[in-house]
Amino acid sequence: MIHQCCGDISLNDANRDALPITVRNVTKTYGKIYALDDVSLDVKSGEFLTLLGPSGSGKTTLLMVLAGFTRPDRGSLKFGATEMIRKPPHLRNVGMVFQNYALFPHMTVAGNVGYPLRLRGVTRTDLAKRVETALETVQLGGYGDRTIDQLSGGQKQRVALARSIVFEPRILLMDEPLSALDKKLRDRMQIELRHLHEKLGRTTVYVTHDQREALTMSDRIAVVNHGRIMQLASPQELYEQPENKFVADFIGDSTFLTVTRQGAHHVAAGVTLKTTRPVPAGDDLLLMLRPERLSLLHGEAGEANVFDATVTELVYQGESYLLYARLPDGTELTVRGAMRAGTFQTLPAAGDTAKLALDPSDTVIIAGGED
Amino acid sequence: MAVTQMNTGPDIDANAGGLRTDEQRERWRLFGLSSPALLIVMVILVIPTGWLFYISFVGANGSFSMENYARMLERKSYARIFQTTFQVSLITTGLCILIGYPLAYFMSQLPVKWANLCLVTVLLPFWTSLLVRTYAWLVLLQRQGLINEWGMGMGLWEEPLKLVHNMNGTLIGMVHIMLPFLILPTYGAMRAIDRDYLKAAANLGASPARAFWTVFLPLSTPGLFAGALMVFILCLGFFVTPAILGCGTVILVSMQIVSNIELFVNWGAASALGVVLLVLTLMVLWVASRFVRLEQMTGGGH
Repeated sequence: MIHQCCGDISLNDANRDALPITVRNVTKTYGKIYALDDVSLDVKSGEFLTLLGPSGSGKTTLLMVLAGFTRPDRGSLKFGATEMIRKPPHLRNVGMVFQNYALFPHMTVAGNVGYPLRLRGVTRTDLAKRVETALETVQLGGYGDRTIDQLSGGQKQRVALARSIVFEPRILLMDEPLSALDKKLRDRMQIELRHLHEKLGRTTVYVTHDQREALTMSDRIAVVNHGRIMQLASPQELYEQPENKFVADFIGDSTFLTVTRQGAHHVAAGVTLKTTRPVPAGDDLLLMLRPERLSLLHGEAGEANVFDATVTELVYQGESYLLYARLPDGTELTVRGAMRAGTFQTLPAAGDTAKLALDPSDTVIIAGGED
Repeated sequence: MAVTQMNTGPDIDANAGGLRTDEQRERWRLFGLSSPALLIVMVILVIPTGWLFYISFVGANGSFSMENYARMLERKSYARIFQTTFQVSLITTGLCILIGYPLAYFMSQLPVKWANLCLVTVLLPFWTSLLVRTYAWLVLLQRQGLINEWGMGMGLWEEPLKLVHNMNGTLIGMVHIMLPFLILPTYGAMRAIDRDYLKAAANLGASPARAFWTVFLPLSTPGLFAGALMVFILCLGFFVTPAILGCGTVILVSMQIVSNIELFVNWGAASALGVVLLVLTLMVLWVASRFVRLEQMTGGGH
């Protein structure tokens, strides 16, 4: 069934397991700008890893290095044990979903999905079968004869996905594949992609600038900024215990208070902090305050850290409220709380004073300084 | 409730009338902008063509007659002239494709800044008169022309090559003049091809050559067809360049029309030729329109 063609690419039943990716010291400069600054990264076999970062952070450049479209200045890239850094893209055998799908407009859906199989010399009957299977995997069975411009955005996305998995690559790359879809469809596709990943078990590298998308889908997230990986961790770890201010700031909304060391104590805004979490070394420390981890204190403080503040504004947001408050030193804080019938009427109004409580288990002190 | 009561009031009705008038006035103003052009098209295209059509059916004695058309069927020379015209047009188009497609491809791969510079040089010939360009070829190609002098001077060939006053010269000149008409739409179509298509092809396992044949070429052919069609149709009625560089050895329909008028003062025969050429051109366009979207010839659409 399987013919050798076009050099090294072929469908090989023995090689269907996922592959780990090893990136070592990859640097790419454009003039004086470092798009990638000595990046090293290990993607485990079968893992769903997301590269998350603002635009221009280098996340897409890294993905393009993996796909072979960007030639780095130096470094090493291994799929499994094989060095790939100088392999041209067409010999890398990785599946890729492009941001704008890049479906060939002069071919039908089946033509697009069958394209990688035709290049690999798959026989006609086998090809039709595999194309249909791939289309069924993305819930587009029977769509083979459609032309590309007859498809909706979501359907194009699925066809692009089918095309990238039909030749059973052991590595799957995705470049913001959901960014062109509307929010509802995007939410659904996130779950679907996640399920598909669990089913196929391919090593997947996913690029996005959407933190919620990253948190929803990933096994691990690499936060990228200025061509460097700021932190590589599980979604939960990343949100709960960020290693630096950039990560704390980029993921979720946070306010920061400067923490000073006074002997064995840590003090922020005049409050001596109680925390159950490890405190990083060094003197340059920040207290990270997430709006949903702060609460309005009505009764006794108990173990919580309490900040006295003046309410500046109260905003009704349906499922929750947002309360803006100012500390005596002028720092603006935000408190988000869940809302039930009658909650809103009990909240303090602008101008009132309020006590804001932060549980010691939510008291996260991070290293400050420049990222 | 208040809204439903109001929508039949006298003010509302008056406004509806006013809005309709505004709409019509705007449309007429827009139409007014195109009226000078429409007038010119009427005067210099529709009326003369109609008149040509009419006199092609007028015989030597001034009455209705098919003799102008009958003559075309009788005389072998006419068939030969039409044959030559189509042959020359076809070869010119073919050569334009061979030269123009790779050039357009090269330009489409350049950064936009450099490609625009190339585009200016492609368009540069349009800034000089057709006649000047044609005579420039004569200077280059004739027996004692620059090319023959250099060639013989460097010992590349002994006898002067017959480069002009024959089919060679006609084709060289016509290809040169026609090339921009092929390059522009082809280049436009190529520019419009998303680079990601080629990346996707490579990612899916296509070598650069394979990606070109399976993705780039099919996506650029509509532009190439449009350009080729444009060249072919322009060639069918081309006069100046083939007349000067062919020097009477390559006779095209357009030259026969001129000689019918200037030599034989036979407007009827000339008109009939014109009508037949027009009909043939329209037929070519009609056939082509089934394969190409014609708006691509003018750079519109994609």
